[in-house]
Amino acid sequence: MESLYAITTGILSASGLYLTLRGRTFPVVVGLTLLSYAVNLFLFSMGGLTTNGAVILNGEGHYADPLPQALVLTAIVIGFAMTAFVVILAMRARGDLGNDHVDGRKLDEPREERG
Amino acid sequence: MTLLWIPLLTLLGVLVPVFTERYGRGVLSLATATLPAVALALTLLQIPTLLEGDIPRVSLAWLPELGLDLAFRLDGLSLLFALLILGIGLLIILYAAFYLSAEEASGRFFAYLMLFMTAMVGIVMADNLLLLWLFWELTSLSSFLLIGFWSHSSEARKGARMAMTVTGAGGLALLAGLLLLGDMVGSFDLGVVLESGDAIRADSRYPLMLVLVLLGAFTKSAQFPFQFWLPHAMSAPTPVSAYLHSATMVKAGIFLMARLHPAIGDTALWGWIVTLTGMATFLYGAWFALIKTDLKAILAFSTVSHLGLITVLLGVGSPMAILAALFHIINHATFKGSLFMSAGIIDHETGTRELSKLGGLRKAMPVTAVLVSLAAAAMAGVPLLNGFLSKEMFFTELLDTPLLGGLGWLLPTLATLGGILSVAYSLRLVHAVFFKPAKESPPKSPHEPPHLMRLPVELLVTVCVLVGIIPAVLATGLLDLATRAVLGEALEFHLAIWHGFNVPLLMSVLALAIGILVYAMHSHIRRLARQFAPVDARRSFEQGTQTLVAATQAITLRLENGSLQRYMSLLLGASLLLATLGLLDLPTLAGDKPSQPLDGVLILGAALLIFGAVGTAVTHRYRLISLLMLSVVGLLVSLTFARFSAPDLALTQLSVEVVTMILLMLALFFLPQKTPRESTAKRNIRDLLLAGSLGMVVASLNYAVLTRDMSSIAHFFMENSIPGGGGHNVVNVILVDFRGFDTLGEITVLALAGLAIFKLLNRLRLFMPHSDGEGRLWSPDRYPMILTSVSQALLPLALLVSAFIFLRGHNQPGGGFIAGLIAAVALILVYMARGVEWAQSRLDFQYQPVAIAGVAVATLTGLGSWAFGRPFLTSAFGHFHLPILGDFELATAMLFDLGVFLAVVGATLMILANLGKLTTPHRPSKEPATTTPGKEKKS
Repeated sequence: MESLYAITTGILSASGLYLTLRGRTFPVVVGLTLLSYAVNLFLFSMGGLTTNGAVILNGEGHYADPLPQALVLTAIVIGFAMTAFVVILAMRARGDLGNDHVDGRKLDEPREERG
Repeated sequence: MTLLWIPLLTLLGVLVPVFTERYGRGVLSLATATLPAVALALTLLQIPTLLEGDIPRVSLAWLPELGLDLAFRLDGLSLLFALLILGIGLLIILYAAFYLSAEEASGRFFAYLMLFMTAMVGIVMADNLLLLWLFWELTSLSSFLLIGFWSHSSEARKGARMAMTVTGAGGLALLAGLLLLGDMVGSFDLGVVLESGDAIRADSRYPLMLVLVLLGAFTKSAQFPFQFWLPHAMSAPTPVSAYLHSATMVKAGIFLMARLHPAIGDTALWGWIVTLTGMATFLYGAWFALIKTDLKAILAFSTVSHLGLITVLLGVGSPMAILAALFHIINHATFKGSLFMSAGIIDHETGTRELSKLGGLRKAMPVTAVLVSLAAAAMAGVPLLNGFLSKEMFFTELLDTPLLGGLGWLLPTLATLGGILSVAYSLRLVHAVFFKPAKESPPKSPHEPPHLMRLPVELLVTVCVLVGIIPAVLATGLLDLATRAVLGEALEFHLAIWHGFNVPLLMSVLALAIGILVYAMHSHIRRLARQFAPVDARRSFEQGTQTLVAATQAITLRLENGSLQRYMSLLLGASLLLATLGLLDLPTLAGDKPSQPLDGVLILGAALLIFGAVGTAVTHRYRLISLLMLSVVGLLVSLTFARFSAPDLALTQLSVEVVTMILLMLALFFLPQKTPRESTAKRNIRDLLLAGSLGMVVASLNYAVLTRDMSSIAHFFMENSIPGGGGHNVVNVILVDFRGFDTLGEITVLALAGLAIFKLLNRLRLFMPHSDGEGRLWSPDRYPMILTSVSQALLPLALLVSAFIFLRGHNQPGGGFIAGLIAAVALILVYMARGVEWAQSRLDFQYQPVAIAGVAVATLTGLGSWAFGRPFLTSAFGHFHLPILGDFELATAMLFDLGVFLAVVGATLMILANLGKLTTPHRPSKEPATTTPGKEKKS
């Protein structure tokens, strides 16, 4: 189970990172979202993978680690705020510059294949 | 605490000229002089304490974690230097009042001067190595400002830059050295360091530390081969040269060597480096002082030479040599300070400093001629003047030192050679300016300066003469205190003019006789010197700087070419490298924790997750499909959380997923529907390789962690959740109680992001497509009937669920975050089903205040605990019994959670509702929307 979980996290990260390396804003935003899923899964697993151990205390029992959960919970919400900010920034950039390239230059500026 | 006032007064003195400049030069200089005069008086008042054998010290904790204290001391060494700095500083203020021309910004000049004085006083009084270094850097900065004071002149700017670069680089070396020293001793306290000399010298890092500290001292005190900055710093106004470059700043390196001598001196390494460097500097400076023709250049090189002399004495390091070094510091400050000021007077009165244009000034300036002659004679070491005494001691100590063993005769010989050169250049200075007939007349017809301008020179020359005649009366007390501070014990000595016929006297006589001879043959020497191409330190320095700047610019341009993709790939490449290096350190990838079994559901879930993720990446050019794939991943991540015992996370992820998808759909409407194919194959392969390798690293890391046992601090939260936080849901208790401060920060970020988006949407130029990516027109049926009716029924239900989730959050999965998201989703559904017009007329309020109110409620809850004398965000809870409802628990944490709830609802709706309003008259803009339809195909 652990290896499958790790491989899944790895593939999610790789897909997200590939997208963040693209040259247009929307795929980059999608890539960032995907990457934040991967990071959340990664962080969440730092407390180990526990089955049937939700941390609702009632007597003795086998519980998961609550700390990574609390951290990831806020990370999810903040992740949403950041996605929203970046995607609106992308819209703004398109509005102001007339194109949706990540380099943020106007359309009439010469653009050679760089990077 | 009196001690603290000495540097504090000079620091306050920085402000005085700024405020008094408008009242004219006289008031300005008088007011500026007041505070250092008081500081000088305070310093003098400490002398009785010192005489009793105590060392006044004061220490205030500043950054105790770093070992940095605001600690000052005033031992004999500090006293000697503080008197020089404050005393000569006062004379310089007087002198500068006449020197600067009327239109110059004298307020700024005096402010810089006071800043410099503070820095110097700080260095000599610091009782903490780090504090000392801080003031050391401050001298570099303030001297940069002073040297470059005439910023209209290119020479001044270049000279200032060179001084800054050399002394700044030395300062960095010194910092490294002092940090090493502090690490060896275990304390930055000067008292402790000075007592740990034996441990320091035995440490294996001693040579490295010594070289670093000496680099700092040598650059500051212009020792060979770093001497080149000093002559170029002469482009400063003459009061600056007189103050910084003869009396004080260049002595800072000397001071440091004397200060640390008990801790790091007295080894063979110290002796070799310091003595030989000093000797090289002594001869180098003396030679160039003899052949330069600019008055200030001659004085600059002779300063270099005399600094070398003092350094030699510190290198020799015997008690008498230390005494001689300290004595010569005083003597040099007096005669060189007066010579510099006289040079300024001559420059001021004749308009030139070139020896060839000067001559015969004895008639026009008889008093100045006498003063300069006396000071120059002191510099040459003529008997009955102070320079003679210390030079005599210098010769004596070099005869006695065991440093070079069999070659021991070399040092006194070289010293005599230096003495000869000193006599020659001193004689030349006096003769060429005042006695030799002038070849050409100077630009201005010379006359004596105003008497007050000459007063500082007169005072200093008087000191030279008096100390030279009755040294035992004037200098013994101060020197006794200073040597005691360096040596740690009192030294028996007797300053006298006459020691009988001995070898040092012979050396002095030889130096005088041959020196006069050398000056007589001066034209031959000039001819000899002209055969060597002059090395212009400034030009080669500037060339070096330019080359360095060009090289760094080339590197920067390669790294920073304006392409975000380049930055991203560099960033990822660097993280790949670092993470890989970390993984290489692991003995094995898998730990020893047994693996948990797999089942069908897990495999299916993982397969779907992978499918969704890879699908998102593969279909990224068709943005809508890519987005749908992404939503698959989001849903499955939520299920993963549910599967591994995290119901709170699953609920949060699910509701965030809904909001995110709506947001991205909305945004996509305003963006191109497809991504053009523009990446080259090479680019694609590079990105695939980079992303793929990083994915593998992430997977390996994750696996490595998952297969190892770990200790967690979770048990603390488990044990304290119910007794301390009053809640059974530990995750929620952590969020609103244990780590409430973090949560407060996070909802603030959320609200800020909402506000930032609100501003970004303001006056946004929109691209409004008529059709979707396939060219189909958008449906005119804007509000589908079923959705409309369902949403209306759903809204109260959803809000009820939200309230329920909120209330139970402390003990069951739920809480402010999730409840807020559910409420937001329910409201957004109304917007989607009915349109902005309909919703706006019924929900007529702004969301910004809601979000801000949320943050405010949470903050006030936290502050509330202050009212009960508890730390910020302490929670309280209690159980209440209500009829019908039964047992009921109320916790302040719930109020905090309410703040979270409001912030989440407000921020989410601020983002989504405002985005949705873009196409309607309600959009956040004061101006009519400038929509430009049909531009879609251009990108």
